[in-house]
Amino acid sequence: MAHYPTRLKTRKTYSWVGRPLLDRKLHYQTYREMCVKTEGCSTEIHIQIGQFVLIEGDDDENPYVAKLLELFEDDSDPPPKKRARVQWFVRFCEVPACKQHLLGRKPGAQEIFWYDYPACDSNINAETIIGLVRVIPLAPKDVVPTNLKNEKTLFVKLSWNEKKFRPLSSELFAELNKPQESAAKCQKPVRAKSKSAESPSWTPAEHVAKRIESRHSASKSRQTPTHPLTPRARKRLELGSNPQMSQQTSCASLDSPGRIKRKVAFSEITSPSKRSQPDKLQTLSLALKAPEKTRETGLSYTEDDKKASSEHRIILRTRIPASKTTDIREERTLTPISGGQRSSVVPSVILKPENIKKRDAKEAKAQNEATSTPHRIRRKSSVLTMNRIRQQLRFLGNSKSDQEEKEILPASEISDSSSDEEEASTPPLPRRAPRTVSRNLRSSLKSSLHTPTKVPKKSLKPRMPRGATPQIRSRSLAAQEPASVLEEARLRLHVSAVPESLPCREQEFQDIYNFVESKLLDHTGGCMYISGVPGTGKTATVHEVIRCLQQAAQANDVPPFQYIEVNGMKLTEPHQVYVQILQKLTGQKATANHAAELLAKQFCTRGSPQETTVLLVDELDLLWTHKQDIMYNLFDWPTHKEARLVVLTIANTMDLPERIMMNRVSSRLGLTRMCFQPYTYSQLQQILRSRLKHLKAFEDDAIQLVARKVAALSGDARRCLDICRRATEICEFSQQKPDSPGLVTIAHSMEAVDEMFSSSYITAIKNSSVLEQSFLRAILAEFRRSGLEEATFQQIYSQHVALCRMEGLPYPTMSETMAVCSHLGSCRLLLVEPSRNDLLLRVRLNVSQDDVLYALKDE
Amino acid sequence: MSSRKSKSNSLIHTECLSQVQRILRERFCRQSPHSNLFGVQVQYKHLSELLKRTALHGESNSVLIIGPRGSGKTMLINHALKELMEIEEVSENVLQVHLNGLLQINDKIALKEITRQLNLENVVGDKVFGSFAENLSFLLEALKKGDRTSSCPVIFILDEFDLFAHHKNQTLLYNLFDISQSAQTPIAVIGLTCRLDILELLEKRVKSRFSHRQIHLMNSFGFPQYVKIFKEQLSLPAEFPDKVFAEKWNENVQYLSEDRSVQEVLRKHFNISKNLRSLHMLLMLALNRVTASHPFMTAVDLMEASQLCSMDSKANIVHGLSVLEICLIIAMKHLNDIYEEEPFNFQMVYNEFQKFVQRKAHSVYNFEKPVVMKAFEHLQQLEFIKPMERTSGNSQREYQLMKLLLDNTQIMNALQKYPNCPTDVRQWATSSLSWL
Repeated sequence: MAHYPTRLKTRKTYSWVGRPLLDRKLHYQTYREMCVKTEGCSTEIHIQIGQFVLIEGDDDENPYVAKLLELFEDDSDPPPKKRARVQWFVRFCEVPACKQHLLGRKPGAQEIFWYDYPACDSNINAETIIGLVRVIPLAPKDVVPTNLKNEKTLFVKLSWNEKKFRPLSSELFAELNKPQESAAKCQKPVRAKSKSAESPSWTPAEHVAKRIESRHSASKSRQTPTHPLTPRARKRLELGSNPQMSQQTSCASLDSPGRIKRKVAFSEITSPSKRSQPDKLQTLSLALKAPEKTRETGLSYTEDDKKASSEHRIILRTRIPASKTTDIREERTLTPISGGQRSSVVPSVILKPENIKKRDAKEAKAQNEATSTPHRIRRKSSVLTMNRIRQQLRFLGNSKSDQEEKEILPASEISDSSSDEEEASTPPLPRRAPRTVSRNLRSSLKSSLHTPTKVPKKSLKPRMPRGATPQIRSRSLAAQEPASVLEEARLRLHVSAVPESLPCREQEFQDIYNFVESKLLDHTGGCMYISGVPGTGKTATVHEVIRCLQQAAQANDVPPFQYIEVNGMKLTEPHQVYVQILQKLTGQKATANHAAELLAKQFCTRGSPQETTVLLVDELDLLWTHKQDIMYNLFDWPTHKEARLVVLTIANTMDLPERIMMNRVSSRLGLTRMCFQPYTYSQLQQILRSRLKHLKAFEDDAIQLVARKVAALSGDARRCLDICRRATEICEFSQQKPDSPGLVTIAHSMEAVDEMFSSSYITAIKNSSVLEQSFLRAILAEFRRSGLEEATFQQIYSQHVALCRMEGLPYPTMSETMAVCSHLGSCRLLLVEPSRNDLLLRVRLNVSQDDVLYALKDE
Repeated sequence: MSSRKSKSNSLIHTECLSQVQRILRERFCRQSPHSNLFGVQVQYKHLSELLKRTALHGESNSVLIIGPRGSGKTMLINHALKELMEIEEVSENVLQVHLNGLLQINDKIALKEITRQLNLENVVGDKVFGSFAENLSFLLEALKKGDRTSSCPVIFILDEFDLFAHHKNQTLLYNLFDISQSAQTPIAVIGLTCRLDILELLEKRVKSRFSHRQIHLMNSFGFPQYVKIFKEQLSLPAEFPDKVFAEKWNENVQYLSEDRSVQEVLRKHFNISKNLRSLHMLLMLALNRVTASHPFMTAVDLMEASQLCSMDSKANIVHGLSVLEICLIIAMKHLNDIYEEEPFNFQMVYNEFQKFVQRKAHSVYNFEKPVVMKAFEHLQQLEFIKPMERTSGNSQREYQLMKLLLDNTQIMNALQKYPNCPTDVRQWATSSLSWL
């Protein structure tokens, strides 16, 4: 294996090759190829999609391996970023140690595994790519070659899904085999370059040391550092976490993350040398905790770390240029030293939590199994240290009962977070592997080292609220999953299926996001009025904004805030809005008047709220009262300096502030307005396409037809989706064989459109009885006679009698005719007065006369 | 001997007949889901597929069943629900909520009813039936908790859906449709209404949330099918205990359906209304004429029943009026003719009547004014005349403006059938100038 130069050692420039390809759904421009130029070196690497690349990771010797799937540029934020989507591979050392035995054999030195874990974030910064690598897939029968002739070749034989190793599926195998030619072409300059940049210090032994370190953590997610202070992170619709990228920005000036990691690791090993006095147990455990934390969350900015790193940087620096033999020796000497200090802490660092667990269970054998690794050094040292830690723990923890340990468990976590606030607020950025188990175990270890006296019971607070929340009883039989393409399409087309991003509303999203974010960052308040006809995505966009902001708040990009949503339509009367806000804000229940007072106190008195409140008021127009006090209050609170309240209001009409609000209310609302235009036909088409992505259920023309029809009528996205859903049903009905996958054609969507939009009046008239039809004729005749659009029943009756006589129908009695009239009235073909007026009731047509004539003519 | 035989025979007949009448009356009065569907197979399939998807896949839906009264909306949904509940995996998994716009006249009552039918009131004790606002938030909370895959689907059936649209702010409809369009507890909202303009009643945001699925029931059958329905409705089922009688009865029904006069009656009914309820009414009246001595329905029965159905109710009342009242009505008719439908008051009618009495001086017709007034008031009570404005206590009743609620042809027809009508009155009715 080579030592891959990271971009910090030699500065690299990244540039796109070729023209951008078609826009993806957002502002993305995709590229097929990227060029990496190394400073001071004339060679360039051309990296194409489909090739295998090395990605800068935590340790320089074992960079991450991945297959490049997509290259694109993210220019949503001013400095455009080069991004890439990859399919990860894992090295054996990246597999959690507890799972390593699942392989059941010794892994090849250059064996990697296809990482089949969809939850893993595959979106990375393209500038973390170091270079190309050759990956050769092996058939299940093949043996992983062990000779290390070509260091830049890796072998993949199995896939790893965090649970077990599986052989590669045949199509995956074929897919992996495909891009080899192109990869091979581009490899030459790479190799030359890497050789020139290769550090002479690289040795297998050092690699072993690295491996030990990397095994400390169960997954890489803990190692990947994220910068807690990046002021304005990306504001894309998917604020997907990207460890690599933030790592780059954060560490550009400091050090490479791998370096930090390494320093930490060494500090752990050597730190006990400082303390030979056993009475400093407390400080020791603190020193232990800190590095562990850094591994867990990747935050390496605690004091302990810095101290440790400064102390041991020298060791590292000297280590790098060391020759092969000395390096081994150093490695060897290092470990015994640490072990020789007999500290309880050192081994715990080296140990994986899983080992500890097993040790707790007193299963020495299993422990040996777990530590059985190809490298003797490691094994020796770890076994040694493990035995020691076991003794130590027995000594420390014998007096404590199991239950106590459990109680301590959350306590120690609390003390952790208090010592390091940043850690507490860091979002879990999982690159890999859920890690709850190991974490708990780890903390249990820590707690056992702690003195058990300082146990705050905070975390044991009962979580259930007093009143049980009501719920519809759950079904005994699971809901069926969609079986066919059409059913799948129908599921996706349902309005409730919230897409991961809202196409065609990027601009609005950005505006609202910026507005709320700026208010959050400035610690001020403000109002915004959002209008638009129903079904244009107002509420959905705001929800999306809030979701992104909440993610950003977790990532510490914006200050944390509280989000409250009220809907005017979900209130029984306007003043209930106070009750709801108060309840969601503080959990208190109060009457409307009292709630208004409490809220006013909360928002208008100095210094009460610590964090900003974002209030979404949907269907604002329903909060209108005669005095308009509700609206006045809602818009008045944010103007108070201390309130820190951001109010987003949504309603349908654009001119609502002018129409129904008093001046003092609309003045407080301000001029931050936004109008959601109805979707155009191309936007609707895009929405449908994005929902039906990778699903061949609709003909293109069918989608277009629906989009055009809806855009012409209302621009309501809900309508569009409903029609398409209906079209799939019609398609399904019309199919004779249920198993043949039919496409929804124009005819189907046409039928659906007709069904939803066509007026039923004409069919109703055509299907009415003879007497009803002649009554309608009589109405027309009476209208023509009088020249008015209205007639009394008596007048129509005389016309009706005459008509019946002409057509040879039996004489209609008054009662019959009245029944006919009221029947037509109940269908609302006619508009009639209440029947107490009897003969004098006035009758009007609810349909145009032409329609009636048309419907009657066909007979 | 023979008389005894006939006696026992008639005894059997009586038993059979009472059974026949029970079966048929049940059929006519109740929309039992056992009866067959006529010509709505497509709509039925649409609805039942929709319900099945909600029940099995947890897909939320909303649909309106629109059709004139008596077109079988309720029968359709009952049929579909019955079929749905027969599926094994569904019957345990589906909750139904039946609401009727005539019963749940506002959202508050409707919410309580929903909570009750969902058996949610047990969850928090009596707290549910607190204020309206609490009810609403309680129910919304309950429905929000669920999701597509794990929650029990709820089928809401809103009868007289148009009346729900008149509730304040349409809160209930908004929330139901909103749930059906969001990833909460899967629900199917089925509205039954006879109004074709129902969508115009919905507020725009409620309308946008409604899926716009409409199932139209239009009574689109023709006369031959109507006769077939008539036959099917009247024939006895195969499981009738007395096979011989049932066979005879059914033969008779078959004969009736081919009878010319019966067909005429049916045609007349069909022309008036395609509503199956009016057919049921006709058959019910005919069935009542069947007795032990007259065990099988005849064409005459049907004709008389038809006559009963198509009777003019007002003309019947006119037959029961006194001569004085008839005279007043005639006077009003003349006033109408003279003043072209302008309203009149008692004094004018009295004057007109006096003119007639004076010309044709006849002691019988010479009534005191209070007596005439009394007769006038009686007419008002029978709603033959209608005051133009509200009756207020202080205004003089003689001068209150009135309008006649009888048509000229109606009066003339009634007079012709009026028993013992004096000839001069009849003459006066034909022409106001006949006294000249």
